[in-house]
Amino acid sequence: MKLTQISVFLENRKGRLYDVCSLLGKNNINIRALTIAETESFGVLRIVVDKSDLAVKTLKANGFVANLTDVIAVEVDDKPGGLAGILKIFADSDINVEYMYGFVEKFSDNALLVFRFEDTDKAQKILTDKGLKVVTRKEIEGL
Amino acid sequence: MQPEEMKKLQSDYLKKLVPYIYGNCPIYKKKLDDAGVKPDAVKSIDDIKRLPFTTKIDMRDNYPYGLFSKRDNLAEIHISSGTTGNPTLVGYTRDDISLWSDVMARTICCAGGEPGDTIQIAYGYGLFTGGLGFHYGALEAGLKIIPASAGQTARQLKIMQDFKPKVIACTPSYVLYMAEEAKAIGVDPAKGNWKIGIFGAEPWSEPMRKEIEQIWNMTATDVYGLSEIIGPGVAQECTHKEGLHIYSDVFYPEIIDPKTDQEVKEGESGELVITTLTKQAIPLIRYRTRDVVSIRYDKCKCGRTSPRISKIKGRTDDMIIVRGINVFPSQIEHVLLGIKGTQPHYQLIVDRKAHQLDEVEVLVEVEERIFSDEVKKLNEFAGIIKKEIEAVLSIGVKVTLVEPKTIQRSEGKAKRIIDKRTL
Repeated sequence: MKLTQISVFLENRKGRLYDVCSLLGKNNINIRALTIAETESFGVLRIVVDKSDLAVKTLKANGFVANLTDVIAVEVDDKPGGLAGILKIFADSDINVEYMYGFVEKFSDNALLVFRFEDTDKAQKILTDKGLKVVTRKEIEGL
Repeated sequence: MQPEEMKKLQSDYLKKLVPYIYGNCPIYKKKLDDAGVKPDAVKSIDDIKRLPFTTKIDMRDNYPYGLFSKRDNLAEIHISSGTTGNPTLVGYTRDDISLWSDVMARTICCAGGEPGDTIQIAYGYGLFTGGLGFHYGALEAGLKIIPASAGQTARQLKIMQDFKPKVIACTPSYVLYMAEEAKAIGVDPAKGNWKIGIFGAEPWSEPMRKEIEQIWNMTATDVYGLSEIIGPGVAQECTHKEGLHIYSDVFYPEIIDPKTDQEVKEGESGELVITTLTKQAIPLIRYRTRDVVSIRYDKCKCGRTSPRISKIKGRTDDMIIVRGINVFPSQIEHVLLGIKGTQPHYQLIVDRKAHQLDEVEVLVEVEERIFSDEVKKLNEFAGIIKKEIEAVLSIGVKVTLVEPKTIQRSEGKAKRIIDKRTL
């Protein structure tokens, strides 16, 4: 099942990340996973939250540029070679990973990783076919 | 020349010019008809006030040859970037090139250059009129020419040391930049060989002159020109540096209030309007230069009786000059419009660090339709903007993506250009 990631454009200046996080905090939105891609002058904050619709609405209302992207969160064995195992599946199936990052918490013994694929639908199909555990929206919301 | 003699000469030229363009340029014929001016009704230079103005927009709208009065047997053409879309084309007949050589020879001599001197021309050669204009003038005046063209600073300095040219011609910011480079390689600029500098193609100030003269131990003079009129060689300071002598025998100056189009009083600032009295290929009548200057008609200490214009005090439009290149905000708009169909907010920041060349940064607000979660797509977008702006302006720029609403707006309108340069 696909999850919704929120991406936010941030200029590379003091306090901008704080502005986003405090805004989400004030609206009782919890960040489940996050990563920042940075360049010399700007960054892109990518987050998975418990209430994504509210989060996007709030961010836009406060002048941030934000959009939604489909991502897939996959449970991975939390042991040496765990991630390599799943990446091998993608490589063998000719699936390209644009980027990935880890969850803040986990809700089983397994690690939880967010993947942004070039072709999300194809990736989802492979994951289902291989019987891998994919995190659902409900699970994220209740995490 | 006595004022009456000059007036007679200018009148004679204008009496020939108006029928010439009326008969050879349909665009001007229409302009004059619309203004209700019969070509043979122009009897004296004072009648010039009845003639219509010519603007850069006329040049753009009638690209390429619409404003030309002579289109065949041209000797040379030069093309510069226009305000939007079409570039600005100017052309020269062989006689026009002779005129250009003549006014540029006068320019070099006015600055103190003499036959037998060596001149290092570090203005760009090519479509830009700076390099070739100086070249023709130096040839006419009998100087030895080193056609160095712009850039390659280390080589410029080696040429200065090895050949000891008395005259250097380049942009004022470049000569300051070269001073820094000289120090960096252990050359003392104060012991440099250049004694006379002819600097132009961008606005500069008295403090900048003092700095150049001090650092290089030379006399720094200001040259004025624009490609629409001829290129460099419209006006030049003599060694007294009290205004630029304008060659009013061939380029007739008027200073007008840009709001009322009426002539201002002597000494008051206004827009410089020029009529080319003797050009053949593309003579222009009352061309609005958009440069703000004042003019004086008293005799100069050097003995010249030609009127003198002040240094450029500003512009009546939003054009800025960066490294000798004219930049209009509309050019940037045009580029942005072409990339995404609609135009994001943008701002141009021009800065010049001490003794460095001008730098242009273009801030572009990232709106939703531009934004992507992938950094590579955002970088690609910035890269396209950079490439296209550079193609239009022919100067390097830095493109920075910024958050929406971060570009300062005044009265709802974004401020398009921030010029941080202290000239």
